[in-house]
Amino acid sequence: MELKDKLVSSFMAFEDRIDIDSPVHDIRSEAIKAFETKGFPSKKDEAWKYTSLNSILKHDYSVFPKQENALDYQDVKKYFIHDIDTYKIVFIDGKYSSYLSQTTHEGIDVCLMSSALNKPKYRLIIENYFNKIATKDSVTSLNTAFSQEGAYIHIPKNKLVAKPIQIIHFATGNESALMLQPRNLIVVDENSHVQIIERHQSLTNNPVLTNSVTEIHANKRAIVDYYKIQNDNENASLIDSTFINQKRESHASVHTFSFGGKLTRNNLNFYQNGERIDSTLKGVTIIGNKQHVDHNTLVHHIEPNCESHQDYKGIFGDSSTGVFNGKVLVNKEAQKTNAFQANNNILVSDKASINTKPQLEIFADDVKCSHGCTIGQLDESAMFYMRSRGIPEKEAKALLMFAFSNNVLSSVKIPEIKQRITKIIAHKLGVNIGFDL
Amino acid sequence: MSKYTEDDLREELKTKEYEYGFYTDIKSDTFPIGLNEDVVRAISKRKEEPEWMTEWRLEAFRVWQEMVEPEWANVHYQKPDFQAISYYSAPNSKPKYDSLDEVDPELLETFKKLGISIDEQKKLANVAMDVVVDSVSVATTFKKTLGEKGIIFMSISEAIKEHPELVRKHLGTVVPQKDNFYAALNSAVFSDGSFCYIPKGVRCPMELSTYFRINQAGTGQFERTLVIADEGSYVSYLEGCTAPSRDENQLHAAVVELIALDDAEIKYSTVQNWYPGNSEGKGGVFNFVTKRGLCEKNAKISWTQVETGSAVTWKYPSCVLKGDNSVGEFYSIAVTNNFQQADTGTKMIHLGKNTKSTIISKGISAGKSQNSYRGLVQISSRADNARNFSQCDSLLMGNECGAHTFPYIEAKNKSAIIEHEATTSKIGEDQIFYCNQRGIDTEKAIALIVNGFSKEVLNKLPMEFAVEAQKLLEISLEGSVG
Repeated sequence: MELKDKLVSSFMAFEDRIDIDSPVHDIRSEAIKAFETKGFPSKKDEAWKYTSLNSILKHDYSVFPKQENALDYQDVKKYFIHDIDTYKIVFIDGKYSSYLSQTTHEGIDVCLMSSALNKPKYRLIIENYFNKIATKDSVTSLNTAFSQEGAYIHIPKNKLVAKPIQIIHFATGNESALMLQPRNLIVVDENSHVQIIERHQSLTNNPVLTNSVTEIHANKRAIVDYYKIQNDNENASLIDSTFINQKRESHASVHTFSFGGKLTRNNLNFYQNGERIDSTLKGVTIIGNKQHVDHNTLVHHIEPNCESHQDYKGIFGDSSTGVFNGKVLVNKEAQKTNAFQANNNILVSDKASINTKPQLEIFADDVKCSHGCTIGQLDESAMFYMRSRGIPEKEAKALLMFAFSNNVLSSVKIPEIKQRITKIIAHKLGVNIGFDL
Repeated sequence: MSKYTEDDLREELKTKEYEYGFYTDIKSDTFPIGLNEDVVRAISKRKEEPEWMTEWRLEAFRVWQEMVEPEWANVHYQKPDFQAISYYSAPNSKPKYDSLDEVDPELLETFKKLGISIDEQKKLANVAMDVVVDSVSVATTFKKTLGEKGIIFMSISEAIKEHPELVRKHLGTVVPQKDNFYAALNSAVFSDGSFCYIPKGVRCPMELSTYFRINQAGTGQFERTLVIADEGSYVSYLEGCTAPSRDENQLHAAVVELIALDDAEIKYSTVQNWYPGNSEGKGGVFNFVTKRGLCEKNAKISWTQVETGSAVTWKYPSCVLKGDNSVGEFYSIAVTNNFQQADTGTKMIHLGKNTKSTIISKGISAGKSQNSYRGLVQISSRADNARNFSQCDSLLMGNECGAHTFPYIEAKNKSAIIEHEATTSKIGEDQIFYCNQRGIDTEKAIALIVNGFSKEVLNKLPMEFAVEAQKLLEISLEGSVG
């Protein structure tokens, strides 16, 4: 059976185990209809021109894992940012693992989507924020239809969340092929500040497909820093859609580090609904083999005096493919907008390819918008300089590549994440040097 | 050519309506409206074409019937009804002339209004003109001078008769019949156009130029241009367009094919000033053009365009850099005002090794217009050391217009170096203040700034065109700043 048909028919089974009288269920039913009409996107869709899902849709994914699995903390410790104290929301095969998690309701809510959807005390937030900014395109609708579990984070007014929050999804491989559809909702009220780290990790060689949707609401003067670490094994694929609605004077940043996975598609959408907003989108992609990473970004400038900064770096080896599709949309009311977009790529191998499409759509005249995009190689003379000083070729290359991606790393605000990423980069480039010399 | 000053500009700006909007009553031989195989055959027959040409057209027509109009471009318009267009129209009095005196005096008057005095051109500008009025060449000058060098410059229908081997060998090799909807339509019904062949090692001594005009009401214009530069030759080709005011939409679907063989160089410049519609967006020409050049080894093709007219423009002059060390260039200024829509750009397809391409695109939007740059830079896996530089700048005037950039970059070779940058901005208040402070009024200041903005591209135009282009820029933007 085609995956699409299987998903549509599983929806009925899904309805048996949830409360179908809740208002959220209307949203779900509508979403499955939308998905049924649209189906999975194909290369004919402009937004998916360079990314084909065919290779990952052919598996017979099980949609609901049959049993709950436990993991020993020691075995998975390395996937956590473990050297600092954090709140943790951990899922194993899509099920919440209370043993590995550390949630809270003291002053802030760091808990589960399933409880937020069911308990009356969260009802107002769910009504006001759930599925308000997620788009109606096919993969997002699919997630909306099956939305049940994920992280629910609500930070009320004037709170500085002392510890970062980690959201980690593990896949154990008890199923021959597993599809996960986590749904996260993050609401940050006035003047509050939160840092969130998200990671998807497969512990198996069985194929895993994650179709994740995150909605983030940054209200007045809120500060949200979001880090996505994508270093999964090469049988796991990820379609990650993030929607961020910003109110006036808020700051939101999303850093995406893509090193792993078979196919990774990041849909990152920022909507600036207010004045003097700052949005930052940054990413480092270092991949090889037959990996495929696609960054699809949208920054929609709706009101005046806002800024956005985009900086994506990519290094592509072996037969890997990189896609960058960045769009900046400036409404005609959004005067005095400053929007910057940069996309720099290095091709290391002859079989690697990069497709990039940085778009600007501008309807306001008093704006400063620019984008730059380059594809090139490592600087020969810099290589020669280092090699003439006794640095072996591999290390010299690694140093240059690290320097290349350093712009993005330098704006990471949690030092432990920076260290972790540095280690992953060193590992990825096959060298044993610390870059923080 | 006399120097064009700011004062001349001001005088010119006073004439708000489209200045070339007149209509010459030349008795035309026009086909009834509609399109089917019989019409295609009839066009071919009327042009006294050989059998293979008729078949070629029919093949294109059959492909076209299967195709649908493309909708991906960022333009919105009422689709033309292809059955409501007459596909052939030729000026009637058509004996072959040896000298200008024999030409229909009314036609000569038309040229005069356009500012193309053939005599003057002959003497002063040293430009040979192949004048196309409603699809049929009526005057070709300087043919003899060119003939001495072995250069063939004639209308394509003459070329089909006189040099069938050249036409048959090259026609449709760069833009195949089934390339796209409009190219297929053009291939089926093209009425005339220019043909140019530069023999081996010859440097064409003068700028070749063609002026196109849409003259007959309700007549679609389907030109076909084929330029072949044989090994080691050089040619600079100019194309300029003006069209009379009309309320109904007119369709222009041209195809231009350039072939630069080993070591050859072709420079193709266009000034396009079709009727853009009035200030309410009524009328205007639909310009759906397919232009493409093929570069063999060490060859170079350079496209320069100034687009100021047309209600809807859909045009992507492209270079296929097939040979090693070939070079492609694209310099463009696109100005849109009122309700004009332009979706224009280029494609640089790098196939050979050490190929280089440069793209400089300047978009200026004013009024309620939409101006899009759409470009593709493609580096194939065998194109070692390919190099591309692209720069797309947009200037916005007023907050009801839009500027859009859609660059596609596809690299499959690790030695490729590609740079792309785009900026969007408006004319800075401080820049205007600076000029005002020095006694330059706002309107002049804007003309000055726009000129500066477009300088890089204007500089690439041949002298004769640069002046005209500069004028056009300012006329098109007239009244858009307040």
